[in-house]
Amino acid sequence: MKIIYVDNNATTQVAPEVLQEMLPYFTESYGNPSSIHSFGGNVSYKLKEARAKLAALLRAAPEEIIFTGCGTESDNTAIKAAILSSPDKKHIITTRVEHPAIKNLYEYLSKKGYRVTFVPVDRKGNLDIDFLYKNLSEDTAVVSIMWANNETGVIFPIEEIVAVIKERGIIFHTDAVQAVGKIPVDVSKVNVDMLSISGHKIHAPKGVGALYIRKGTKFFPFLIGGHQENGRRGGTENVASIIGLGMAGELAADNLEVENGRVKLLRDKLENGILKRVPNSMVNGDRENRLPNTTSISFEFVEGEAILLMMDEFGICASSGSACTSGSLEPSHVLRAMGVPFTAAHGSIRFSLSKYNTEEEIDYIIEKLPPIIARLRELSPFWDK
Amino acid sequence: MWEYTDEVKDHFLNPRNVGIIEDPDGMGEVGSMACGDALKLFFKLDENKKIKDAKFQTFGCASAIASSSALTEIIKGLTLEEAKKVTNEDIANFLGGLPKEKMHCSVLGRDALEKAIANYLGEEDKRIEGEIVCECFGVTDLEIERAVRENNLSTIEDVTDYIKAGGGCGNCHEKIQEIIDSILGREHPVKKKPAQLTNIKKIKLIEETFEREIKPALKKDGGDIELIDVDGNTVFVRLSGMCASCSKSQVTLKHYVETKLRELVSSELVVEEVQQ
Repeated sequence: MKIIYVDNNATTQVAPEVLQEMLPYFTESYGNPSSIHSFGGNVSYKLKEARAKLAALLRAAPEEIIFTGCGTESDNTAIKAAILSSPDKKHIITTRVEHPAIKNLYEYLSKKGYRVTFVPVDRKGNLDIDFLYKNLSEDTAVVSIMWANNETGVIFPIEEIVAVIKERGIIFHTDAVQAVGKIPVDVSKVNVDMLSISGHKIHAPKGVGALYIRKGTKFFPFLIGGHQENGRRGGTENVASIIGLGMAGELAADNLEVENGRVKLLRDKLENGILKRVPNSMVNGDRENRLPNTTSISFEFVEGEAILLMMDEFGICASSGSACTSGSLEPSHVLRAMGVPFTAAHGSIRFSLSKYNTEEEIDYIIEKLPPIIARLRELSPFWDK
Repeated sequence: MWEYTDEVKDHFLNPRNVGIIEDPDGMGEVGSMACGDALKLFFKLDENKKIKDAKFQTFGCASAIASSSALTEIIKGLTLEEAKKVTNEDIANFLGGLPKEKMHCSVLGRDALEKAIANYLGEEDKRIEGEIVCECFGVTDLEIERAVRENNLSTIEDVTDYIKAGGGCGNCHEKIQEIIDSILGREHPVKKKPAQLTNIKKIKLIEETFEREIKPALKKDGGDIELIDVDGNTVFVRLSGMCASCSKSQVTLKHYVETKLRELVSSELVVEEVQQ
């Protein structure tokens, strides 16, 4: 069966160009970049190149990038460094719709004596910026706000927010895992102190991430060990994956036009096609202010896991904010924060596209999905034709 | 990805007995949209009082739909006496097992069956017995006790997997643990209370508790409370200020004052209000 992969906010296919770039570093060039001999030393040149490529994507300086094991590690590293650099401050701020990498870290810190403010969002998923500003205080150590939301794709006005936060001298971190590669992320314009990236969301492999740390930002390593990454992240480098991430960064820079052109058109076609053919369906999140590849659609009176598994029968891969898919009993914290009613939250499906999706695939989903929803509604005691 | 058995997949993709029975002999409805799953079960009896036909409608995930389908297949041909003995385990076994986190789907089926039988016997509208422990999912202490006993559950996580209790805000975890402990015969740490109070000591302690704990709390809400008398284990009080006119004063008394006194003085105390 042909796989139709529209779950690219979960993970992406490794780009063939990325894989090609990586392969020699598993086989013939397996040296340790820290070695003195040229066999290892040659690898370190390649790492340098990868760092420069990723930096170019963000318009950062290469020395402002450290490579990590994943987006979660980047987030943890950033927040921990921020609170260690202002040990007297005991207040931290984030949003109610963060990825668990930040959300659960903040909840953990709240048990360790930090006062935590979670900034709410409105029905469309846009941030309550006034609430954020009102809650800034002398005691605030760090503000962490995601650049774009993984479930709805809603983009937060980081440039505007960061200007206010920096005026107050507070450290600002953004989880840009979903934004990078899909919309322009330019740290020469947007004055963030730290920014997290995940490799496998931009067609690099799983198990590699990066953290941008603006020059002059106080920093404390999360993994303490060797001198790697200029002493900012111990542990022998995941060489091949870092080289892959560098290549993926280069491709992403070239691909921004495709994302905001062809991919966006396909997303809109999918969304409109579904909304037109399925009654009682609605988009979650601000349609005017979203990543070009993402749509979250709720189907009333049916449950998300059942939809996903029926789509799976046709090879269609998507994800859901329903409770049942995660093993938790409550639907997604993002949809709940937005006030999406239970009738719709349990039946939410996220489609996230990539440059590898074709129009044919989108047509196939538009054809297969409506009968699935109709079938499940036939089963549902709440559906009243 | 859940590890569903082939039977679960089959009953999900090709559910048996979907629909409604017009004029059923028994009908049971459990769950809600807010909870994430709901099941409506119908059955019709034949002249020998055996279940001739069963149908269902389900809102929920794959295993909820499969459990409902399995349930209707299991009960067809059974007498009501036999159907009453069907357990959630039977439903799970019929499907070759369910993932642990999905066991609540089989409990949903069992509950719907019980309700449908009660509906046939004219026993519906029975108030939910017991006290609500999990407010997120509306689960009572008796339901938790039953799930623990019938399925040999030993942790809060187990209880959540089977009947959802504790799967929301988590405020009831302590209470669920107490229920599990008491069923498993585990000692539960009880807060130390002064042993063998003499009458004088008891009254003194009640007075202290009033001054230190209860009055300040009520004053915050614009009310006041006066200790009138203590007779044996009955504590007589009079409310004034906002409390006296507040319709919730009885609740305030019962739930707050009594709890405080029982916690800090003696577990046998009863509070009664003296009218002005």
